[in-house]
Amino acid sequence: MSARSLFIPLTLFLVLGFLIGPFLIIVAASFSGGETLAFPPQGFSLRWILKVFTVESFRASFGMSMFLAIGGTAAALMLGIPASYALSRYKLPGAEIVRTVVSAPIIVPGIIVGLALLRYIVVPFQVGITPALFLAHTALVLPYAVRVVSASLDNLRSDIEEAAVLLGSSRLGAFFRVVMPNIRGGILSAFILGFVTSFNQVPVSLFLSGPGVRTLPIDMIAYMEIVFDPSVAALSSLLAFLSIGIVFAAERFLGFSRYV
Amino acid sequence: MSDAPYLSLEKLTLAYGDTVAVANLDLPIRKGELVALLGPSGCGKTTTMRAIAGLLPVKSGHVRLDGADITRVPANKRAVGLVFQSYALFPHLSVYENVAFGLKLKGMRGTGLDAKVRSGLTSVGLSSFANRKPAELSGGQQQRVALARSMVMEPKVLLLDEPLSNLDARLRLEMRTELQRVQKETGVTMIFVTHDQAEALALADRIVVMKNGKIEQIGSPEDIYNRPTSSFVADFVGFENIFPIEQGKMKTSSGLIDLSGPAPSAAGLAWRPRMVTLGSGPFRGTVRGTSFAGDSREYLLDTPFGPIKAEVEASQPAHALGSDLSFDLPAEKAAPLSRFA
Ligand SMILES: Nc1ncnc2c1ncn2[C@@H]1O[C@H](COP(=O)(O)OP(=O)(O)OP(=O)(O)O)[C@@H](O)[C@H]1O
Ligand SMILES: [Mg+2]
Repeated sequence: MSARSLFIPLTLFLVLGFLIGPFLIIVAASFSGGETLAFPPQGFSLRWILKVFTVESFRASFGMSMFLAIGGTAAALMLGIPASYALSRYKLPGAEIVRTVVSAPIIVPGIIVGLALLRYIVVPFQVGITPALFLAHTALVLPYAVRVVSASLDNLRSDIEEAAVLLGSSRLGAFFRVVMPNIRGGILSAFILGFVTSFNQVPVSLFLSGPGVRTLPIDMIAYMEIVFDPSVAALSSLLAFLSIGIVFAAERFLGFSRYV
Repeated sequence: MSDAPYLSLEKLTLAYGDTVAVANLDLPIRKGELVALLGPSGCGKTTTMRAIAGLLPVKSGHVRLDGADITRVPANKRAVGLVFQSYALFPHLSVYENVAFGLKLKGMRGTGLDAKVRSGLTSVGLSSFANRKPAELSGGQQQRVALARSMVMEPKVLLLDEPLSNLDARLRLEMRTELQRVQKETGVTMIFVTHDQAEALALADRIVVMKNGKIEQIGSPEDIYNRPTSSFVADFVGFENIFPIEQGKMKTSSGLIDLSGPAPSAAGLAWRPRMVTLGSGPFRGTVRGTSFAGDSREYLLDTPFGPIKAEVEASQPAHALGSDLSFDLPAEKAAPLSRFA
């Protein structure tokens, strides 16, 4: 083989190694038999994997993260679907501005979003920790909801709604009968993307978490500051496999990558 | 067929924002009539149909149907069917479910529903395609599903927006017969839009020719084809030699010219190429172009009053390019035009 034809596979291999390498190290570390987080792992055991399930605060923060990921994404979709519909079906003045503003949380660094929310909304209005986190996660997921749902709406012709109306349906009925079923894939994709984004979100949650109320990633950071055992690696591996499983299933059943 | 209009558009004005697309349109249509809306692109055919269906708000004027003013009745309560040019089938539903959609909304269920859907599908020859999705059908089949979907609703009026324009020539002819058959069998009042004059002539009981949001002429296919009343309609249906008349003379690029026969009183005269007499007559022209069209031959003549198109039977001896011929535009054969635009 010439040097040229070696170059591409080699680059590919390096990039893949760079992307997956750290993950493999974490997975290996989580099966370690030693007492501290280390690589290469010392021996092999499942004790850290099992320990994850016994840590009380992990359970609470896992619940919190699930609540935010599911509830926040659902809320974002309930705002995002009508918004996307309006943006794609009506030629509204300022539609582009709305699109840009809605997309802002994707572009603006999370630290800034978190700080801004804390400084200008949470503190002045005395918002509780849980509602604040909920609002923040909804806002963070909203851009994904709007983008993904808009993409599938743009691919759907609008005359089928008129056809439904002429067959006796109301406008709203037409939306539920012929629009929703045809963008279901997009909505599910938006949900999964939103769920994963919310679940893995660190910087914004960092600002808004408070005594007793934490999301899982924040709790993991706090845990690591006190205890340096491989259980954090074990938990990370579990979460990573969960995410991979979800995305894999989504791709398999919905053709997820068509929408993102 | 009673004479009172079943559907009537009265002084209908339709606009998109400030741009008026259809102005002051009056159109009475009898029950069971098959009317064609014919006209060039952008003349307001789709706009008119959408207003009848209730998809476009009326700016001023009225739409009356079956004795009631439906101008402000919402689209889903009008009992007006529309077959879209794009078919607009529901992609997530099977052919069967597409046809059942409106019937279910009417509250039909069970065997009554099933029988109706099946007979609808049978009447368009698609009973064996019931379980397919629209994406798995050809254009012509999708078209027929769209037709069945509207027809099973037993609409008072069925509107079809360029129903045949997406089909190839053979299917077009097939669907043309199909439409005519369905219309005769059910007696539904039908309005269809077309660009194609041949289609309008073949199908319609009456043709409405539109131009710039106004009606240019209404008449039977024979009227429209043989007796256009304006230069626009004449041009549209294939009169290729059209001249304005002034003081009883033909106005041409080289002045006023006397015609053979009595002086016409119309505003203009129009001749089909076939109506031009070639080889005899008071005028002379030079052959500039010739084309063979099977059983006829067409000549483009250069004459003192501009280009003239003439058509003669192919069995006649051919004239070579550049030859000098005498010809006549017989006034008694011409279509007299009352409006010259
Ligand atoms: N949604 C719209 N917004 C603004 N103007 C429109 C809209 N739809 C149509 N028009 C204008 O209204 C006029 C009539 O349009 P219409 O679609 O009724 O024409 P048409 O006769 O159906 O033409 P075609 O044969 O090309 O379908 C045109 O000048 C068109 O530009
Ligand atoms: Mg049109």
